[in-house]
Amino acid sequence: MSNSTLKLTQTDGTLKLDFSGELTLFTLTTHQETVESIPFSNKSKLEINLEKLTYLDTAAAIFLDNIYNSFSKKGVEVSLIANNQDILDTLELVKSKKGMHKPIKHKKDITPIESIGKYVYKHFVGFLSFITFLGELFATKMHYLKSFKNFRFKEIAFEINESGIKAIGIIALTSFLIGLVIAYQSAFQLKIYGANIFIVDMLGISILRELAPLITAIVIAGRSGSAFTAQIGAMKITEELDAMRTMGFSPHKFLVLPRILALMIVMPILIFIADIMGIIGGMVVANLDLGISSELFLDRFNEVIAAKHFFIGIVKGPFFAFLIATIGIYRGLMVKNDTQSIGFNTTKSVVESIFAVIVCDAIFSIMFTNLGI
Amino acid sequence: MKQIIQVSNVKTIFGEKVVHDGLNLSINEGEIYGLLGPSGCGKTTLLREMVMLQKFHHGEIDVLGHNLSSIDHDDAQTLRKEWGVLFQAGALFSSLTIAENISLPLIEYTNLSRKMIDEIVAFKINIVGLNINDAHLYPSQISGGMKKKAGLARALAMDPKLLFLDEPTSGLDPISARDFDSLILELRSLLGLSIVMVSHDLQSIYDTLDRVAIIDNKKIAYEGTLANISASDSPFIKTFFGKYNE
Repeated sequence: MSNSTLKLTQTDGTLKLDFSGELTLFTLTTHQETVESIPFSNKSKLEINLEKLTYLDTAAAIFLDNIYNSFSKKGVEVSLIANNQDILDTLELVKSKKGMHKPIKHKKDITPIESIGKYVYKHFVGFLSFITFLGELFATKMHYLKSFKNFRFKEIAFEINESGIKAIGIIALTSFLIGLVIAYQSAFQLKIYGANIFIVDMLGISILRELAPLITAIVIAGRSGSAFTAQIGAMKITEELDAMRTMGFSPHKFLVLPRILALMIVMPILIFIADIMGIIGGMVVANLDLGISSELFLDRFNEVIAAKHFFIGIVKGPFFAFLIATIGIYRGLMVKNDTQSIGFNTTKSVVESIFAVIVCDAIFSIMFTNLGI
Repeated sequence: MKQIIQVSNVKTIFGEKVVHDGLNLSINEGEIYGLLGPSGCGKTTLLREMVMLQKFHHGEIDVLGHNLSSIDHDDAQTLRKEWGVLFQAGALFSSLTIAENISLPLIEYTNLSRKMIDEIVAFKINIVGLNINDAHLYPSQISGGMKKKAGLARALAMDPKLLFLDEPTSGLDPISARDFDSLILELRSLLGLSIVMVSHDLQSIYDTLDRVAIIDNKKIAYEGTLANISASDSPFIKTFFGKYNE
């Protein structure tokens, strides 16, 4: 890249700018600084000489045009000397198109109250649209419950495999480790009081009632909730959902209901597996740390843990599954026509579904305790 | 001539932006009708309103004798079986092969035998000029032009009377685009279709369209045949068609 040079010559009242070489984007800034630093008060004439210039790009032409305009405005007589037709054309092009750029409007300032109002309104509308989605879901459910043929058994089976059977490994491992950790921490405390055997009561109730359902729900929310959002979001971007609608295939029937039903069917089974693995984890610690043999553990378990604890945990399953699936799918349907919103909505879907599961669990907890179960 | 689509006084508003402010047009049976206009003028929006993907705020749209603002669920389902829609990028279902994509409406809506469906699918694949050996490929494995043809085959699966095309030639190379144009003309004469399309492709506009509506500045700037278009004084029409007419 050959450089351009700028030569300044000053005589009384006249300033000469001689450009030579290639004046482009890359060499512009130094010249700009030079020109700006010229003490310009007593000059009445400016001469810009471009005769030795071999090439001028549009950015540099804008620069020259700016010099021309700003000095003309100050009442200086500006003359431009050039002989290269290409350069003149470039200058002419810039001159004719430059005026067309209107200054970009900046967003007007908004007051804090206005922004709070907008924020609240946005979330209110979001909440309303979720309620609309639930209503629509209910309406299609009613519509499709009319006939047994409308259940998409193939899709339901596929989803059971995808989000249920394939999740068994991770759920088994997580709940085993949780059982292990809980048992290990409480074993230490129980040993102080010599209350070793009560580890069975503690583990039994806490895992069956609360931990297994929650752990399962959290794993499923992270695994399937996010997958639902991303799948449906991508289908929305590629217009697959629109294509389905125009063909008269309701996305609710084909995509939404099978996923919700599959998750509701499979969740209690996963919780059951989590129960077993959590208790096994506790049993291992009880055996190694507290010297409680597995026979003794299971005897005691049979004696003190009522079946209701197990059923409470299982009953929560379909409710959690419904929350996770509906939020995941709703978020998928909320994806706009850009790829960024897939990421945004996937994050939201996981966060919101875990939050919803915990709120639901709290409600169950209070309800069951007050009912005396 | 029988009118199959009638749009009267349609207004569409997105947030604070008015997209359509009282559109009126009518589309006759058997013609290839184009919706044209500068980008952002709401051509695709109008097309989406015609196929019930988007609600409009005022006015009426009649499609094949059904009023879209007061249509009930069952009528809407019947109507959806009577048209085919080709989306800009094909919008094939990515979890299904080309053949499965085309056979889906047949499986869902008819009680034809598997063998019959396969034959119909093979016919549709041939008619749009795809190779039957590609039928088992997934949408991610085929080119953009093939996706459009497969999308067209799917739109034609139920033998619709009415076909909506959203920028059928965009993203195709000029040769494939001309092939697509002649395919559309051929299908119209073979199957007696009425076609509504949004297009930007001048060559395709002149080659295929019988009548056009030009949406500019929220209104219909011109409706009629291309031959009379120079009579209009909309700035869009002057710049868009000016060169071609010279």
